[in-house]
Parts: sequence; C-alpha cells; structure tokens
Amino acid sequence: MLEFLLSLLVLTGASFAFIGSLGLIRLKDLYTRLHGPTKATTLGVGSLLIASAIYFSTYSEQISLHEFLITIFLFITAPVSAHLLAKAALHLGLPSLAEIPEAEEAGQTEMTGTAQTGATEAFEKNERIGSENASPGEKARPEKSESITKTPGTPDQTRP
Amino acid sequence: MTRLLPHPVLTPVLAFIWLLLNNSIAPGQITLGLIFGWAIPVLTIHFWPDKVSIRRPAVLIRYLMVLFYDIIKANFTVARLILGNTDQLHPVFIKLPLDLTTDLAIGLLANSITLTPGTLWARLSDDHSYLLIHALNETDPDRLIATIKQRYEKPLKEIFESC
Amino acid sequence: MLAISIQIAFALVAAAVAMSFWRLLRGPDAPNRILALDTLYINTIAILVLLGIHLGSALFFEAALLIALMGFIGTVALCKYLLRGDIIE
Repeated sequence: MLEFLLSLLVLTGASFAFIGSLGLIRLKDLYTRLHGPTKATTLGVGSLLIASAIYFSTYSEQISLHEFLITIFLFITAPVSAHLLAKAALHLGLPSLAEIPEAEEAGQTEMTGTAQTGATEAFEKNERIGSENASPGEKARPEKSESITKTPGTPDQTRP
Repeated sequence: MTRLLPHPVLTPVLAFIWLLLNNSIAPGQITLGLIFGWAIPVLTIHFWPDKVSIRRPAVLIRYLMVLFYDIIKANFTVARLILGNTDQLHPVFIKLPLDLTTDLAIGLLANSITLTPGTLWARLSDDHSYLLIHALNETDPDRLIATIKQRYEKPLKEIFESC
Repeated sequence: MLAISIQIAFALVAAAVAMSFWRLLRGPDAPNRILALDTLYINTIAILVLLGIHLGSALFFEAALLIALMGFIGTVALCKYLLRGDIIE
C-alpha cells in the first residue's frame, strides 16, 4: 500500500516535470512558455519531495521532514523568478502572441529604461563622431559621467 | 517590548526553519532555534521596513487552503493545455485594478496569481493602481478579474488591511 | 514496484533535462535562455531527490537545497542584469 502511494507520487512528480519542460518546446512565445516551468515543475518537484519525506520517515529510524524546506522554498521563489523574467521580457520588448497594452510599451520609459537606451544612443553617436570630444568614460555612461563632473564643479562655483 | 522582540511573527518562523534544517526536535535544537529566531530580527531590525500584523489568522489559514487547492487544479489545467493543441491557445494581457494598498498584501496577491491557473504576474504599475497579468488561455477577461478579486483579494484585504 | 517506477521517473526527468537543454541552445534570445536555465536547475533537484530515494541515502538533501538556493539567485541576478544592465547598484 505504502509502496503504491510512493510510486504514484514519484510518477506524478516526474510526469509534471516532464510536461513542464515539454511546454518549453511546444509553446510559441516566451510569455506562454513561462507558464509551463513555473507551475508544472513546482508541483512536480513538490510531490517528489513529499515522496522522499515519506520514504525516509518509514525506512529510517527518525522522522524526516526537511524535504519540506525545499518545497516551501520553491513555492516562494518560483513566482518571483517568473515575474522577473516576464518583466525583463516586457522591458526588452520581446514579441508576444497576445497584444501588449500600449501603456506597458510606454512603460519602458521608466527611469532606468531611458537611461539605458540613452546610453546606447549616445554610445553610437560617439562612435560615429569619433574620439575627438569624448573620453572613454563618457562614451559608455553619459548620465553617470555628467553627474560625476557636476558634483566637483558646483561647490567650486558656490564657494567664493 | 518592541525593541526586544521586533517581529513576533518572524521568531517562530525562523525557529521552525532551523528545526526543519536540522531535521530534529531535540530540546537543544529547539533552544538554539529560538535563540536564532530572537537574535536575527533584533540584529537585522533596520532591514525590515514594515511591521507585519496578521489580524485574522483563521482567514489566513483558509486562504492558504484555497490557494493550495487552486495550485493543484492549476497544474492539471496547464498540463492539459500544454499537451493539447497549442495553436488553439488564446493568450491575453489583462489589467487588474488593485484595491490593496500595503506592499506585503500586493506581493502576496501577485505571488498567488502566478501560482494559480494559467495566470502570470507580469508588471506592477508605478503608482500601484493595477497589476498587469498574462493569461495562458482566457476568452473572458472580466470573469477572470472578478474571480481573482473575489477569491484572493478579498481575504487578503481582510487579513492585512481590515480596520 | 517502487524500483520500476523510479526507473520510469528517471527516464521522464532525463527527457525533461534534454528538452530544457534544447531550449538553452536554441534560444532565440536571452530571456528564453534564462528560462531554460531555470527549468534546468529545477529538473536537477528532481534528479537528486530521485537518486536519494533510489540509493536510500539522505545525503543528497543538502545538495538539492544548495542547488535550489543558487539556482534562484542565479536567475534573479541574470534577470536583474537584463533589466538594469547592472547587478549590484
């Protein structure tokens, strides 16, 4: 009976892990692909860990519950990594089967978004102009270098 | 009192994690776990911006059970969708207006949404007024919004923001 | 019975690892590869847990826990890099 339960848990877990990874191949765009691994694999690994906890609790002297630590950890972290991936994909403007709301594409004008695109544009411009008026530090990070040159500059003007 | 025990919820949680990690309930380990559970919040007091207060523990337990049931259902739904004809899927982005205001409650709602049937939290708007959700296969966005609001947002509001 | 089902489970998880490797090599862009890595480490945890049951040894628990921690941190760091162009600000 116990062996049957363990086999069932092990097989369910492995099948869900398999289906989750199958989603990586079968689904068409990144946003739908995110659904497979984050859900299927958490329950898959979850039931494998429960099987492991039952197995070690019955076949060794002491009760073994530390497998639940990994289960809890995975259930907390899986949504976070899925969200970060979705956010990164939206930020990079990856193609999607679903229509991305316009506000979100404009949402790329978030502080860091403009800083980054601004940096690359300035970088390309500097590349074209050449190195006549830009030091290497200013090429890569215009915003940062501006603030660096400003900070020592302003106290000098206000001091006298 | 608040300086000696800044986070009453965190202390037993840390002690419990320590016991799980050592896989033992020997008296010595319980004492050590309680010492860690007390010392870590006191030493890291500046890293914890908000005080967590659970107003309705019974609702929280019921919420966790509902969530667990939904996670298992979600897995079968998503598995069926992946094994089925993937050309027939109808993925959409949905804006979910938020009633919650606390960061912790919004975070928990967002994590619950990502763990449940075919939905994924993609973005929180800058003014915390709505969540952008990606649904794997949904033809009726309004029904989904109503379900999420009724099933997850209402209990969370009761637990963390009831006055 | 348990021995046979563990063998089947090994085959299923190995296929899962192969499929995430395919996505890792295929791409086509950075977020897809990070997603493949994320799936890969979760599948690795599954393999370690199965090995633990198969060999009857509880030693694999620590390895699985460490992979879970490191895998999550790796995913977060790579996503942060895509979002900000920098990991530690």
